[in-house]
Amino acid sequence: MSDTEVRITTPPDVCGMGHRMKRKEDPRFIQGAGKFVDDIKLPGMLYLDIVRSPHAHAKILNIDASEALALPGVLAVITGKDLQAAGNLHWMPTLMSDTQMVLPIEKVVYYAQEVCAIVATTRYIAADAIELVKVDYEPLPPVMDPFEALKDKVIVRDDKEKKTNHVWHWEAGNKDATDEVFARSSKTIQQKMYIPRIHVSSIETCGMVASWDKINEHMTIYMTSQAPHAHRTVISLVSGIPENKIRVISPDIGGGFGGKVPVYPGYVCTIVASLVTGKPVKWIEDRSENLQADSFARDYHIDAQMSADENGNITGLRVKTLADDGAADAAANPSKFPAGLYSIGTGSYNMEAAHFEVDAAYTTKPPGGVAYRCSFRVTEAVHMIERMTDIMAHDLGEDPAAFRLKNFIRKEQFPYHSPTGWEYDSGDYHRALLLAMEMIGYEDLRKEQAEKRARGELMGIGISSFTEVVGAGPSKDFDILGIKMFDSCEIRVHPTGSALVRIGVQTQGQGHETTFAQIVAEELGLPASSIKVEHGDTDTAPYGLGTYASRSTPTAGAAAAMAARKIREKAKKIAAYLLEANEEDLEWDVNKFVVKGSPNRSKTIQEIAFAAYTNHPQGMEAGMEAVNYYDPPNLTFPFGSYICVVDIDKGTGEIKVRRFVAVDDCGNIINPLIVEGQIHGGLTMGLAPALFEEIVYDENGQNLSGTFMDYLLPTSMETPKWEVGKTVTPSPHHPIGAKGVGESPTVGAPPAIANAVVDALWHLGVRHLEIPITPQKVWKILRENGIDE
Amino acid sequence: MIPGKFEYFAPTSVSEAIGLLGQYGSEAKILAGGQSLIPAMRFRLAQPEILVDINRIQGLEYVRETDDYLEIGALTRESAIEKSTIVQQRYPMLADTARVIADPLVRNMATIGGNLAHADPANDHPATILAYNARIVAEGPGGERIIPVDDFFIGIFETSLERDEILKEILIPSPPGGSGGAYLKIERKVGDYAVVGVAVQLTMEDGLFKSIRIGLTNVSSTPMRARAAEALLVGQTPEEALFDKAGRVAAAECEPWADLRGSEEYKRDLVRVVTKRAIRKAIERANGVL
Repeated sequence: MSDTEVRITTPPDVCGMGHRMKRKEDPRFIQGAGKFVDDIKLPGMLYLDIVRSPHAHAKILNIDASEALALPGVLAVITGKDLQAAGNLHWMPTLMSDTQMVLPIEKVVYYAQEVCAIVATTRYIAADAIELVKVDYEPLPPVMDPFEALKDKVIVRDDKEKKTNHVWHWEAGNKDATDEVFARSSKTIQQKMYIPRIHVSSIETCGMVASWDKINEHMTIYMTSQAPHAHRTVISLVSGIPENKIRVISPDIGGGFGGKVPVYPGYVCTIVASLVTGKPVKWIEDRSENLQADSFARDYHIDAQMSADENGNITGLRVKTLADDGAADAAANPSKFPAGLYSIGTGSYNMEAAHFEVDAAYTTKPPGGVAYRCSFRVTEAVHMIERMTDIMAHDLGEDPAAFRLKNFIRKEQFPYHSPTGWEYDSGDYHRALLLAMEMIGYEDLRKEQAEKRARGELMGIGISSFTEVVGAGPSKDFDILGIKMFDSCEIRVHPTGSALVRIGVQTQGQGHETTFAQIVAEELGLPASSIKVEHGDTDTAPYGLGTYASRSTPTAGAAAAMAARKIREKAKKIAAYLLEANEEDLEWDVNKFVVKGSPNRSKTIQEIAFAAYTNHPQGMEAGMEAVNYYDPPNLTFPFGSYICVVDIDKGTGEIKVRRFVAVDDCGNIINPLIVEGQIHGGLTMGLAPALFEEIVYDENGQNLSGTFMDYLLPTSMETPKWEVGKTVTPSPHHPIGAKGVGESPTVGAPPAIANAVVDALWHLGVRHLEIPITPQKVWKILRENGIDE
Repeated sequence: MIPGKFEYFAPTSVSEAIGLLGQYGSEAKILAGGQSLIPAMRFRLAQPEILVDINRIQGLEYVRETDDYLEIGALTRESAIEKSTIVQQRYPMLADTARVIADPLVRNMATIGGNLAHADPANDHPATILAYNARIVAEGPGGERIIPVDDFFIGIFETSLERDEILKEILIPSPPGGSGGAYLKIERKVGDYAVVGVAVQLTMEDGLFKSIRIGLTNVSSTPMRARAAEALLVGQTPEEALFDKAGRVAAAECEPWADLRGSEEYKRDLVRVVTKRAIRKAIERANGVL
């Protein structure tokens, strides 16, 4: 990957933006010295385990925990009734202002639902006690299909006043304008598609250590949290413990991907267990609990229509979608956006009108759906628009690349107002796709494909030219439970010239300890190696909404730059004082203020920092600190073009991804090494749902894919060599021109792969294949068409 | 993922282990590499009261060739089989098998003896050991006995080993000249159990199939041979139409079931396709192509 486009303004010893700095956090991870929640061991700590439901839907007739309580070492069994008695803690709000059971009293509504919690002196005794709890159930009919659910024959949430499984209805765009465009367009296509339920499967499962200090009435919580401040606020609101008496620490986190944004019943039980026993209590989910009961992602049933005119220009898009929310709407979308940013689905294409309608249904499945590395439902939107674009191109007999180039929003149209109301900040879609085509040798591949098809061999080429929308967000539109989605940074420059940077976002592998140091190094000229970045402790970090939806760089990254600029303003005053010069006569040069025209008269940032504590001007506050709470004026719109080549085994239907070229544009780049790492990881997480991953339930609602034996995470062996390239189109409104990148590849990759497989089979009449595209699905098509080896 | 209570023994000799098995009977389980038993215990699908860990018994980890046999100690790790030069050069089907079992971390612990004694039709070694016409050496209180592999697997998770017998050694007959073998496995991802697996070991003489044995993985409740397909091929001239017919016969005689790995129809068809491929590859190897 060439870094020719990456802007570098600092020397290597400063290591500001654009340098390929090795991650500061890696030495501890590589040497096994990371500190995760399960590494926390407190004196006298107890262990919590959870009895889970074997039914997807059943009345609870009785819970008999007497045998469990009689087991030596078992201290408490917590049921829904206990939580109710403790102050109606048996229900909790979800981040979407729905409600979710913590522990049930009347009935269970999903398989593996938490039924009661056991507290014991050892992890093993807790697990033994689970088997001794006798729960009598009366099975009720499971509701597994959201379309059936909407018929309201069996009500999932009969706790609610309205006896219906319909959760909400939401629209975006203009219905009448869209109808009008469709009526006069010469070509329309329609395709139903299902984006299956999947799971984030972070390597670290969820867990907590809660420690209630009875003397000081103070709760310390170690928690697998992507948003420790937001969680502290929620815990305070639900428990009634004042927020200053709660300290949430999110230590090293082994992957979040959205799955560590929701509050799970296990967390609440752990906090209650510590309050009840007055001891520290640890709860760590095992892998199957994580896969079976924690929030899922996706699960969108889409019915899309696209129109085009006689010249093959896309004119309109009409999308109806049913979201399967499971037993509660426990998504983590901004309040005004129950379907997230799904209406970004007009994608990279210029069109006149679009209309989106989404309805959500309750089913007897675990609650959701989290924004799994997808910046609030953008994955679903991109899969839809990129599949539709491909079908339209094929139907019109046009090359999918040429068709995209013809229909892209043009560079000069930015800022672009989309038919669903977004203002795209910047982009150059043509350049990204043309670069990807050049890198992969597109024309030659099409020739090869034609030759192979003539010989009966199956090869496909798939493109995805996605537009992302990240960085939530402007406080006028974006909040979670009313808390505005700004983010924050606090900088302290020490007298000897090193610095402490504290941020309101929380890394789960993104490399914040490195990239935030580089942002501050860029702005202040302090070496990135001398800047310590802290986050995740609500007692020390400034308030922030956390890390998800690729928002850290767009929000807290901007806050870091703005806070650094405040410090630089003060530094300028001190420098003027030290140099006996007017501020207007000073100019900034990497790491020092220089008197214009007198290059020998200068003060470095380190000298200025020392003076801030030893020799500052009279009347000025001492010290060198600043805080910024950044409220972005708009979202940022990263984009990219991916091209994928697949070969299909005619005998077995197996799909081999031969090549995958990914050109990403995430604006200005802070650290190309970390960006490439994010892209490699994200592409692998995009390959996964395209070809492998799906949560499968049987007709009774039992999860059949509750272990990594059957929930198929790809390994390095399934993963192709990722060929990455980049263009740089800076965000015009972001202080450092950055856009965010964590989710682009997860969002962009699945349709590139799906389009490639469909492209290989198009001549057989295949228009669409549902992901994950398994060998069996391909095999069936091959045999139906008389194709065999 | 937290196992139940058990008592743990770590005998240092085969006789000591046999004594423990005799003493505790059906309550005891042998722990070798733990590839299958440890996950089963962690899910509490298996809750043995007594665990007899045989990993401290010396002298059961070896791969050596005598005039008549390749002798493999029951505690030999899959990674050792995978890396063995003798296996790679003289018994390529065995190398094929070891390298597709689970993942490298598991293969460092997993043993061939455990893989066979567990008698899981989804395990990979049973098919290849059937195709090799191996012999299983077992030791019990009364001494050693040799069990022909065709008599070894008698049901799902069930072998002809007595409760107080330990699988000690696997004997694979040295292949005569003109022999070749191959194990091909279709898996959803690396480390998965087979959707289907086909093991073919054959010997060519004067341009004809002198002998052929075909073992199938995960398409019946007991590890099985495709006997009808074998019978079709013996004495015949190798040609594509015949391979195709053999594949069809093998597909008809296996007994797969529908699960997340695929429908019954899909698995049968894969047996057909993969049997053909395995025969072709075994012939290539018989002709000296590794």
